[in-house]
Amino acid sequence: MQPLVEAADLTKRFGDFTAVDAIGFSVASGEVFGFLGPNGAGKSSTMRMIGAVSPVTSGRLRVFGLDPATDGRRIRSRLGVVPQDDSLDMELSVEENLYIYGRYYDLPRREIRARIEELIDFAQLGEHRASRVDPLSGGMKRRLTIARGLINRPDLLLLDEPTTGLDPQARHVLWDRLYRLKQDGVTQIITTHYMDEAEQLCDRLVIMDRGRIVAEGSPRGLIETHSTREVLEVRFPVGELEPAGPTLQKTADRVELLADRALLYTSDADSALGEIHRLGLRPESALVRRSTLEDVFLKLTGRTLVD
Amino acid sequence: MQVPGALRVVEANAIAYRRVWKGSAFSSFVTPALFLVAMGLGLGSLVDRGAGAPGFEDLSYVAFLAPGLLAASAMQSGAAEGSFQVIAGMKWTRNYHSVVASPVGTGGLVGGHFIWTGLRVLMVSVIFGAVAAALGAISPVAALALAPIGILIGLATVAPMTAFTANRENTEALTAVFRFGITPMYLFSGAFFPITQLPDWLQSVATVTPLWHAVELARRVALGYDSTLPAWQHVGYLVLVFVVGAALTYRLFSRRLNV
Repeated sequence: MQPLVEAADLTKRFGDFTAVDAIGFSVASGEVFGFLGPNGAGKSSTMRMIGAVSPVTSGRLRVFGLDPATDGRRIRSRLGVVPQDDSLDMELSVEENLYIYGRYYDLPRREIRARIEELIDFAQLGEHRASRVDPLSGGMKRRLTIARGLINRPDLLLLDEPTTGLDPQARHVLWDRLYRLKQDGVTQIITTHYMDEAEQLCDRLVIMDRGRIVAEGSPRGLIETHSTREVLEVRFPVGELEPAGPTLQKTADRVELLADRALLYTSDADSALGEIHRLGLRPESALVRRSTLEDVFLKLTGRTLVD
Repeated sequence: MQVPGALRVVEANAIAYRRVWKGSAFSSFVTPALFLVAMGLGLGSLVDRGAGAPGFEDLSYVAFLAPGLLAASAMQSGAAEGSFQVIAGMKWTRNYHSVVASPVGTGGLVGGHFIWTGLRVLMVSVIFGAVAAALGAISPVAALALAPIGILIGLATVAPMTAFTANRENTEALTAVFRFGITPMYLFSGAFFPITQLPDWLQSVATVTPLWHAVELARRVALGYDSTLPAWQHVGYLVLVFVVGAALTYRLFSRRLNV
């Protein structure tokens, strides 16, 4: 089957600055595909090119097999777009926002009315359907923006940083909604700088850094390839972490010294901790956890995702 | 321009306008009523005792004032649609960004913005004309005939204004345009008195303002006076300003929204 999105050597430059540097990827129908990377990695620029809003500088990009440079309108009519900054009309009601957007997609009025019922239900905004958008909470606004992006029953939903700025509870509600969409077979492309979000939602993802793709795979596959099964996090009193560094290096496959703690990558965290104590180090606290995409990112780029 | 997309934008504007239409229609009605009564009838009673400006000796001041003031009001509405509305769409609600991400695109957004403004100034002009006719300043037929001139000057104002606003990050420059551009044009482009009363150098400035051309046209249509230039030249100038402003708007919108 033809991929929904296909990119090769895709590049975006702004003057001298290369935001997206010759990347290649493809997104298949039905999958949830992620771009994980820190701010400024080139994720949003890539999304805007896929959305046929921003022209490609060089390279090849096909969306639904069409070229955004010549078929932008046809591509946009089959996409759902959830921008980072909701861009809702704050003075209008929940329903009016959905209605207006449906008209942008040239949908007949009656169809929009029916669709609004489903979407208000999906976005759990029933009590607020007639209220102005402005006073709604951040989570509600974001759910409305997602509902708005679904008004045309898109073949592909683009979500740019869907939960940035939301509190933990609102994030979980949102993830639940996106998971439902996935089960309904809606193909999604998500950009995020939260590794937990990428792990929760994505079937497959690419890790981006400074305009380039540094790794690709499923969340589990990436962790298995690039990190160890377990991670031991140890904290030391102020000033004792750095001198302990060389000793710590002997206790694990790989050690990362961060500002406030050390991460020890090992297949057996308990025995590493025993070894630390045997070598005479006394960490303030120790925590064993499994590896995450954050660890993968740290290994591949030497930096953390969120500064 | 992509016509169906533009009409969707007009529809969206109309839905948003429903929330404010009462206040908006009321001020469209009250403003000309106040001006025509205070300036036209009140101040006019003094003006009419004077000799009258050359060429307008037999005309009451309120009749002289009404057509030009209609054009000036349409200009103000056009300026409002091309300034604060535009910066809101670009920056405050960022609503323009979501329009551009939809099939409507930048062409439809720009087209819809101008069609909508045309409808708004048509409404302003019709209400103004009705008030002026009710006060006996102009005939009802003249009031109707002035509506297309209202649209012309509205569009010739909104297009350059929108182009100017397209790159703005805040309202400082917009406030300056109103203070040093729109308000002086309102006062000195011949709506309140013939520009022949101005010093020579100011007269030449006045003749390049779109409003002066609209005022000349309005007086010709409403009162049957000869305009300074043939009517087609006044119309042509206003159309030219609109077309250049609209083309520039499209270019600047693309540059900002399609990066």
